[in-house]
Amino acid sequence: MVRHVLHLVFPALCLWALTGVQAGALDVRAAVLRIDYQVRLPVSRFELLPADRGFAGATLANEDNSTTGGFLGHRYETVLRAVAPDGADAALEDILAEGIRFVVVIARADDLLRLSDRAAQSGALVFNAQAPDMALRDGDCRANLLHTATSLQQQADAILQFAVWKKWTRLVLISGSNPADIAMAGAYREAAAKFGATIVGERVFEYSGGTRRTDSGHVLVQRQLPAFMQDLPEHDVVIAADASDYFGPYLTYHLWTPRPVMGAAGLRPVQMHGGHEAYGATQLQNRFEAIAGRYMTDIDYNAWIALRALGEAVTRTGSAAPETVRGFLLSDQFELAGFKGHQVDFRDWNGQMRQEVILFDGRITVSVSPQDGFFHQTALQDTLGRDRAESACEMFN
Amino acid sequence: MKHLLVSTVLVFGAATPGFAGKAFVTNERGNTITVVDTQTWEVTGEFFGGNRPRGITVSPDGTRLYVCASDDNLVRVFDTATYRELPSLPSGPDPELFVIEPSGKRLYIANEDDNLVTVTDTEDRTVLAEIPVGVEPEGMGISPDAKWVVNTSETTNMAHFISTEDYEIKHNVLVDQRPRFALYTADGTRLFVTSEIGGTVTVMDIDGQGKPTVAGKISFEVPGVLPEWLQPVGARVTQDGRRLFVALGPANRVAVVDVQSLEVTDYILVGQRVWQLAFTPDEKYLLTTNGNSNDITVIDVKREKALRSVPVGDQPWGVVVID
Repeated sequence: MVRHVLHLVFPALCLWALTGVQAGALDVRAAVLRIDYQVRLPVSRFELLPADRGFAGATLANEDNSTTGGFLGHRYETVLRAVAPDGADAALEDILAEGIRFVVVIARADDLLRLSDRAAQSGALVFNAQAPDMALRDGDCRANLLHTATSLQQQADAILQFAVWKKWTRLVLISGSNPADIAMAGAYREAAAKFGATIVGERVFEYSGGTRRTDSGHVLVQRQLPAFMQDLPEHDVVIAADASDYFGPYLTYHLWTPRPVMGAAGLRPVQMHGGHEAYGATQLQNRFEAIAGRYMTDIDYNAWIALRALGEAVTRTGSAAPETVRGFLLSDQFELAGFKGHQVDFRDWNGQMRQEVILFDGRITVSVSPQDGFFHQTALQDTLGRDRAESACEMFN
Repeated sequence: MKHLLVSTVLVFGAATPGFAGKAFVTNERGNTITVVDTQTWEVTGEFFGGNRPRGITVSPDGTRLYVCASDDNLVRVFDTATYRELPSLPSGPDPELFVIEPSGKRLYIANEDDNLVTVTDTEDRTVLAEIPVGVEPEGMGISPDAKWVVNTSETTNMAHFISTEDYEIKHNVLVDQRPRFALYTADGTRLFVTSEIGGTVTVMDIDGQGKPTVAGKISFEVPGVLPEWLQPVGARVTQDGRRLFVALGPANRVAVVDVQSLEVTDYILVGQRVWQLAFTPDEKYLLTTNGNSNDITVIDVKREKALRSVPVGDQPWGVVVID
């Protein structure tokens, strides 16, 4: 179990006259609760999970909020806890017992829901910084649960908009066989139908228990994968639906027909990556790397922007009451700069953060969706993910 | 052949030094400064401007050029006649934008990575003060009487009013998301702060003691351009305080605002991702840096029309003009 407390007071800055907002002393306490699961190693050791994933992003947000809070008399503190799955409930009890009512959760959907429901009993607001599952935004949504993590559908739509913009509309979908892969494949099918692309062929990659570390791994892959990819109809793009990272990265250069790969490998939909510099993000990266000594990951960004949203709500309302913060975050007054070109905010029908999705090739930002030419009657970012009319969430009415 | 010669001489004659001013443009990616003749609108020179040159200004006598070399963590200084580099000034880390006081003695520099405003003495080349401000300081404005410096912090979303007497922040004003630029009118009674992501310009009235009161907000609307693309960045106000020009970033337009009514009266189409603006000293022309089309646009201020564009270096960022 890891337990850190960030306790940052900005010393030099006292409370000065502030026009427009009632300034007054306020303690804003939040927590990040991360569940560490037993997971397979990633295919590439470049993607080993950092021990401080999420926490480093939260630390940066705490610093950013504290600097702003220094001008307003607002003091920010963020408690960071990493636990094994069986320790999650007790950890949340501790957090709530300390009086903390803002909790960023980095966990899978089933744990997240259970924790959110417990938090709701104490009137606490929860931010989902990891789980992309659609049900959390639809039938299983919770009034006290906001999502800074993008949904599977936002991610799939971001890829499909790019493919359609390129006029690469004949897709082959290769999916894994576990439930998360199947859900991801479903999101790509929905995205293809929405944007007018066609899935001309589908194959399921059965996981056979190989290990990434065998010396002969790439030799077998080089012989077997092209055969697996033979005899598909004429296509423009291969979409990889591999939520658990066991075959996607092998696809790019081991196809039968040379085609770009998108989805879980090749061109990937991400919230943020360490090479992203556009829209002033260089400063975000510099601040983050000074704290973490590594590049920013999606989870760090999700935790960072969740706590920044909290900070922005406190700054603008002068309140740290969960119901006031929630009300402000879901109102049209809330907007936040997310370093992706436009303001981000929350959908008032299911608590999902509207945001751009970066298309990342492993080195650079290739593009940012929404793409040109995809229009929406209210917000461009709502061309990504299920829209208001399609949502089964009823907890926000 | 003779004809050709004569006309060439005439063209040269029109561009005789003494009449022609110079525009200096920082090229953020190209690490150079492009020199443009403001009579012929021809590029007359290009020289190394430091690593990631962004903010640019000149000494009041027009002889020295100051450049925020962001990746060098210093202010580079050049002779505006010879382009020779002079001794650099300390700036603090990652300088982005700065203002020089009318006497030319002190530079106020925003350190984007370090939540500081650094005050540098341009004669002694020393740091006089470091003032803690909000997260990602960027915009810098100075009141005409030089008593106040206004810094905007992009992530904190405030305008910080710093007294130049004691370097203390006296007022903070919350503005919309990602404030980029702060600008006083020549009479010092108004201040404009552009908010890139908020899509607005906050207008403040400044009283005799320098205290700000929010007087209103300017917002923008262009048929056929999505509101998300209307991102105010650089701004300039005419000497008489009547017209405000606002660069709208990826909307590729400069808005003309009637300062009295705070209504937009016109949008001028310029190059791509228009960033910063500068008047020629006679206020006849307004120059815009267009970061994505690698050029500057020359606007006729009176007619509010774009006259021409001049290709410069790689990703132009800032611009300053001398006589």
